[in-house]
Amino acid sequence: MSATNGSDTLLQVRDLVKHFPVRRGVLRRQVGAVQALDGITIDIRRGETLGLVGESGSGKSTAARTILRLLEPTRGQVIFDGEDVTAADRKDLRRIRPRMQMVFQDPYASLNPRKTAGSTVMEALETNHIGAASGRHGRVEELFELVGLSPRFQNRYPHEFSGGQRQRIGIARALATEPRFVIADEAISALDVSIQAQIVNLLDDLKRQLELTYLFISHDLSMVRHISDRVAVLYLGKVAELGTSADVWERPLHPYTLALLSAIPVPDPVRESERERIVLPGDPPDPADPPSGCRFHTRCSFATDVCHTDEPELRDLGTPQAPHIVACHHAERVRRSADHEKETVP
Amino acid sequence: MSEPLLEVSQLAVGFDTDEGPVHAVNDISFTLREGEALAIVGESGSGKSVTALSIMGLVPSPPGRVDAGSVRYKGRELLGASERDLRRIRGREIAMIYQDPMTSLNPALTVGRQITEIVRHHLGLDRRQAADRAAELLTLVGIPNAAGRLGEHPHQFSGGQRQRILIAMALSCDPAVLIADEPTTALDVTVQAQIIELVKDLRERLGMAIVWITHDLGVVAGLVDKVTVMYSGYAVEQAPLRELFAQPSHPYTVGLLRSLPTFGGDRRRLTPIPGSPPDQARRVESCPFAPRCDWVIDRCREEFPALAGVAPDHGVACHRRDEVRDTPPLAAAAP
Repeated sequence: MSATNGSDTLLQVRDLVKHFPVRRGVLRRQVGAVQALDGITIDIRRGETLGLVGESGSGKSTAARTILRLLEPTRGQVIFDGEDVTAADRKDLRRIRPRMQMVFQDPYASLNPRKTAGSTVMEALETNHIGAASGRHGRVEELFELVGLSPRFQNRYPHEFSGGQRQRIGIARALATEPRFVIADEAISALDVSIQAQIVNLLDDLKRQLELTYLFISHDLSMVRHISDRVAVLYLGKVAELGTSADVWERPLHPYTLALLSAIPVPDPVRESERERIVLPGDPPDPADPPSGCRFHTRCSFATDVCHTDEPELRDLGTPQAPHIVACHHAERVRRSADHEKETVP
Repeated sequence: MSEPLLEVSQLAVGFDTDEGPVHAVNDISFTLREGEALAIVGESGSGKSVTALSIMGLVPSPPGRVDAGSVRYKGRELLGASERDLRRIRGREIAMIYQDPMTSLNPALTVGRQITEIVRHHLGLDRRQAADRAAELLTLVGIPNAAGRLGEHPHQFSGGQRQRILIAMALSCDPAVLIADEPTTALDVTVQAQIIELVKDLRERLGMAIVWITHDLGVVAGLVDKVTVMYSGYAVEQAPLRELFAQPSHPYTVGLLRSLPTFGGDRRRLTPIPGSPPDQARRVESCPFAPRCDWVIDRCREEFPALAGVAPDHGVACHRRDEVRDTPPLAAAAP
């Protein structure tokens, strides 16, 4: 199968698990496992932006790396454009990988300081055998223009660029292989506020122009809200909630989502002074020793006995057009409480 | 009105670098009264952290030097004060917390030891009293089972807890002023919310004055009484909190507000500020923001705009401040 695979879904993640062994002692015996990713199932549709949010340790970055098979999954399946990435051999991967690219958080750390910006992008073309050698210089110029950098900057080194420009080089490098799917892992987090908006707009433009599909990972929930069509909320390696951006942010069904939303600072003193913040007690538990039952019950104000013992199944409380998946025994109660809040807040 | 607790006036701090002098902070002035909270907002290179360090007398010299100005605490000049006098004020009267708790805590010493050392040194408590005080402080900042954890090392705590421990250390001598330099930047949004609520609560209970340094206008909206916005070493706008958000009057402040996504649901395109901030601040004869400003006129490139009032306690360093002020902040574009 090839890029012409007609299905609506570009990427299928099936019960993906990644455990990191914990070893102790002289014999380095495995004494446990950090359950960084513990069975997530997500479909990403062609042309959509799926946002991935959660605290540190929720498994966001592990998910990204396991999907690209930069990490070997412990279990589960990733199907990209009809091809099983998890079962692919070296040769298949060489063919699949150029179509799945990643933009990293820190453009400074991910660019070779001794290579000019132009040669960094050129290298991506060469190692992936993209185009004929004679056409590559022209292609590098095109890529520079595409990300809003003057081709005159090709001979400059990373330290001669600003943070925002370096991130543009990182994006040009990712786009060199003409990917269908791009994972942006905290791609704007290290940038100044005034620059973040530039990069978000650029990503938005490129998506439209090149018909890209994004997985946008960020701890900045308002940016995720802004850029994503759908959002998945991860907690301790599991999907807590998944739905359209509007549903998840405006009609949240999981208490963890409610708490995340409540924690976002609102840049408006009047609204800030009126709102009651739900402050989650404590820190996320250790993923090497996750709580029994629902993993969130230790910090949840909705928790009852059943949450201590039974892990909640994923349920769809949305519509056929817009599924809204949640893993919570008390999702209906959460919805009512969120509605109530809306009525009482002017 | 009462005498200000902390009064910074016309502060100028420079650094000698291989590429010549950098003017990190130029003519910054602000006052802080007892129990008042001020935010200094700016991006990287704006001079906000250098301002904080110079209040504490902690600008490394060389290459840094305070070129001019004064920092008065309870009427006493701190600039040029002896290291001995400064040490008495630092920690005891003015305490500071930093962005990265792991680098500010000593990884080799137990948390209890790090707190008891401070209170024994500054408050002259004995070993027993100091341990009690340490446990009390950790409880105050919300570390469960505090007394039992005094013997643990920093790496045994989570990132959020380490930031709480730093806050506990800063509070250990009941300072009158707490300076917080991006204390929540490295933290998850949930932990950030915990820390903000904690600081608000401590401010109410202990009556501390606060200087909160951040790049995030969103964070300050629920936390402070007034804001100083810095750009490239200059204070470009100073205003009471609500006034700043309701009628931002410097194009940079307006630009920062417009770069933030609104949480309303409309997916309007973001309005970024074009270009990037200069990576090294220099003293300029023109407006430092002119190269990125959509309101720019010839005068901006020829004449430096001094900070001038547009309303009580609201100063703006822009030649077109009155026009900017009269334009709603989220209007489509500058005329």
